[in-house]
Amino acid sequence: MASAMLSFASAPASLSVHENLKGKAKIGSANFRSSVPERNPFAKTKHFGRVSMSVAVNVSRFEGITMAPPDPILGVSEAFKADTDERKLNLGVGAYRTEELQPYVLKVVKTAENLMLERGENKEYLPIEGLATFNKATAELLFGADNPVIKQQRVATVQGLSGTGSLRLAAALIERYFPGAKVLISSPTWGNHKNIFNDARVPWSEYRYYDPKTVGLDFEGMIADIKDAPEGSFILLHGCAHNPTGIDPTPEQWEKIADVIQKKNHIPFFDVAYQGFASGSLDADAGSVRLFASRGMELLVAQSYSKNLGLYAERIGAINVVCSTADAATRVKSQLKRLARPMYSNPPVHGAKIVANIVSDPALFNEWKAEMEMMAGRIKNVRQKLYDSLSAKDKSGKDWSFILKQIGMFSFTGLSKTQSENMTNKWHVYMTKDGRISLAGLNLAKCEDLADAIVDSYHNVS
Amino acid sequence: MEAPLLMLPPLHLYSPGALKTPDMTSATTAHHRSNSTVVSPNLSAEELIQHVEGSPGRGRQKTRVPVVDHVRPAPKDPIASVGEAFQADASPNKINLGVGAYRDEEGKPVVLRCVRNAEAKVAGSEFLESISTLANSRLVEESIKLVYGKDTDVIGEGRLAGIQTLSGTGACRLFAEFQRRFYPRSKVYFPDPTWSNHHSIWKDAEVPQGTFSYYNPKSKGLNFPALIDDIKNAPESSFFLFHPCAHNPTGVDPTEEEWREISYHLKVKNHFPFFDMAYQGFSSGDLDRDARAIRTFLQDGHLIGCAQSFAKNMGLYGHRVGCLSILCTDTMQALAVKSQLQQIARAMYGSPPIHGVLLVSTILGDPDTKALWVEELRAMVNRICKMREALQESLEKLGSPLNWEHITNQVGMFCFSGLTPQQIEQLQREYHIYMTADGRISMAGVTMSNMDYLANAIHEVTKSGQES
Repeated sequence: MASAMLSFASAPASLSVHENLKGKAKIGSANFRSSVPERNPFAKTKHFGRVSMSVAVNVSRFEGITMAPPDPILGVSEAFKADTDERKLNLGVGAYRTEELQPYVLKVVKTAENLMLERGENKEYLPIEGLATFNKATAELLFGADNPVIKQQRVATVQGLSGTGSLRLAAALIERYFPGAKVLISSPTWGNHKNIFNDARVPWSEYRYYDPKTVGLDFEGMIADIKDAPEGSFILLHGCAHNPTGIDPTPEQWEKIADVIQKKNHIPFFDVAYQGFASGSLDADAGSVRLFASRGMELLVAQSYSKNLGLYAERIGAINVVCSTADAATRVKSQLKRLARPMYSNPPVHGAKIVANIVSDPALFNEWKAEMEMMAGRIKNVRQKLYDSLSAKDKSGKDWSFILKQIGMFSFTGLSKTQSENMTNKWHVYMTKDGRISLAGLNLAKCEDLADAIVDSYHNVS
Repeated sequence: MEAPLLMLPPLHLYSPGALKTPDMTSATTAHHRSNSTVVSPNLSAEELIQHVEGSPGRGRQKTRVPVVDHVRPAPKDPIASVGEAFQADASPNKINLGVGAYRDEEGKPVVLRCVRNAEAKVAGSEFLESISTLANSRLVEESIKLVYGKDTDVIGEGRLAGIQTLSGTGACRLFAEFQRRFYPRSKVYFPDPTWSNHHSIWKDAEVPQGTFSYYNPKSKGLNFPALIDDIKNAPESSFFLFHPCAHNPTGVDPTEEEWREISYHLKVKNHFPFFDMAYQGFSSGDLDRDARAIRTFLQDGHLIGCAQSFAKNMGLYGHRVGCLSILCTDTMQALAVKSQLQQIARAMYGSPPIHGVLLVSTILGDPDTKALWVEELRAMVNRICKMREALQESLEKLGSPLNWEHITNQVGMFCFSGLTPQQIEQLQREYHIYMTADGRISMAGVTMSNMDYLANAIHEVTKSGQES
């Protein structure tokens, strides 16, 4: 091998190599250093099996590292598993379940995967920005293929690792190009939003959102807080099916939100994790995003296919940045790529191909739409049954109609922490302490029991 | 059609500092919408769509000064841009020696048979949520056995914090973030040269970086004395990144003896060795042999970190499968470190994509499929070795005045050709041969059918005897 010559003399060290290794000298101690300053003690050594260098064992550098806080939702699932009561109900789950309360793999996904398997495609690297056919399909799905922002090529779309990865890319873009700009997130919001912005070193604060008195939207508070934010802030909005409350603004309220955002020169930043899953219609669920785009605003939109295609584990999503010119979109895309490269080089191919195959094939696309309507439909039925049961069982006259007004997988019941604990301890209903239940984990058969539990917890526990 | 010429931008252009001055002072001219139409909350889906997309001009605002206008175009990635330029070239003779992805004798991408087998086995199972946790732990278990040896004590003692990652890049980035978070005053040192993305990864993680001497352009080999000096001169407790085999881009690896000495000097200065192993099995054809440097350090009592990639050795490029492992002093610590790594991952992308994880854990977990993999890996390495020999021979036969021994001395997928920027530019412009601007050639892109053309082209641009 053509390597440079060792500059070390091959004369033996004054301490034999064997003695060194057996503990006669500790490396780093003055003694040893002065006796063997520059020589290579291994110059004549043959490698002989297991050699332990008798150096002072390094105190581990990791001494001070503590356990990271456990994921709160994981704790719910684990407690549920450990519960042996047959009435138990897991309403902490964030993934769709069938009426039999089983995980659901969309038929259209299985079909697409089989097609891909038959074709035997290669596994080459995707470009940094992801699969081109996927990027095109996802932007068109979001804005509509005929939308001016698409026709004018003003959208920078980069494939991301589901919603999380797409949000992180956007956060990194904000950190680099809008230093000091704040992101406003709803109170409450999905737990991971804070982690993403913290790790990306983007400052954030909250805007009022949930009103516990009405179990609805604190619209006045929301508008006031957005108005008070420094000009040019990023406002994180859930495009549809707000997580965790299930409370969405009405179309009229969306208009007013757009007004105040424009007035304050803020940048709308949508997290769209449930397109098609909320109402059953892809177009309707994109309404808020399209409204803002139609106003000529520049905006950011993170998308995820975890729920609406059940592709949780494949990590497929996208970040879209709507710019006012095609040139700006090109430049923004290049900078998103530059942020992605030192994170993971290029995104995973499998999920992107599944989505692209489904969207580009009219038969598969229609099948997907039908399955989504079915999933959203089941949730709506369950909401109706729960509402009916609550209204029948609760004689206090309390208005439970917020269950019907809320949308998507999750519902904020308005139960307090202690009331939620009662749900679990007395009724074996597992949910998060903020009063959130996942309708995806509920079926028609269990609505009556659940209503009993809720009525009891609400009225008999303070 | 003339392909755009490649230019390697100076490193400072990667600095985000250069771009941190957005002009936010331009006045905005948003004009307030005066008639808002009251919309009933009980709209049907169609009505809602109409309301939003409605008639043009309704609800349209005069576009204010674009917010993202100050965003400038990013410099092209030095490796990815080679492929892009190659794609744009219409010449029938074009050769892509840029990215390190294996090609067969016909120059086609390869999907290994062991991968196809695994794929058939796992088809349909990955969408079951229950599969994820199991597959993820299997992947980590199998990956660390591959690196450290299945019988090593540290595995039995539960001292390794392991986590699946988005291939090698993801493993490096997780480690860099971990380093910044828990060793905020530490610095990382890379070999000079190293894979270009190492610089970007640690830079974006905001960890200060430096380099240590590695490649000797005169000998086209290792500059060992300078390497040792740099280790000695670095501040105590620095982090050193090594390529344990098949150094990228040079293909120059230390000998066993040299590794032992490096290990010794690292101990003296209490430096942290971090290994980026992207080519296990691709260097010598032997998986254990290629991990030897790491196992030496393990035996020497270092606490090490290792990034692994299955992109090249299993041909799973697009699936992004890898592993990060960090050796701790005991199980409790390993659990703590692992929990921190998981938290960093959760805020970056959640969890890695399951498909690749299933493929790797299936291949490594089944003795027959694993044996097939080992065989196929050897075949890939053999072909690359043959190409190395053939290229050197062809150049010598053409009567080249230069010494081309480094082609067969260097190992792995790449050859650090020693070509000058002018020669590289000429190769691209006149011969439609693409490589990165540092002269790195991906041997996987060489075939018997393009061999003569390639040798001839290299000879033509170098025959005046210019050495870089």
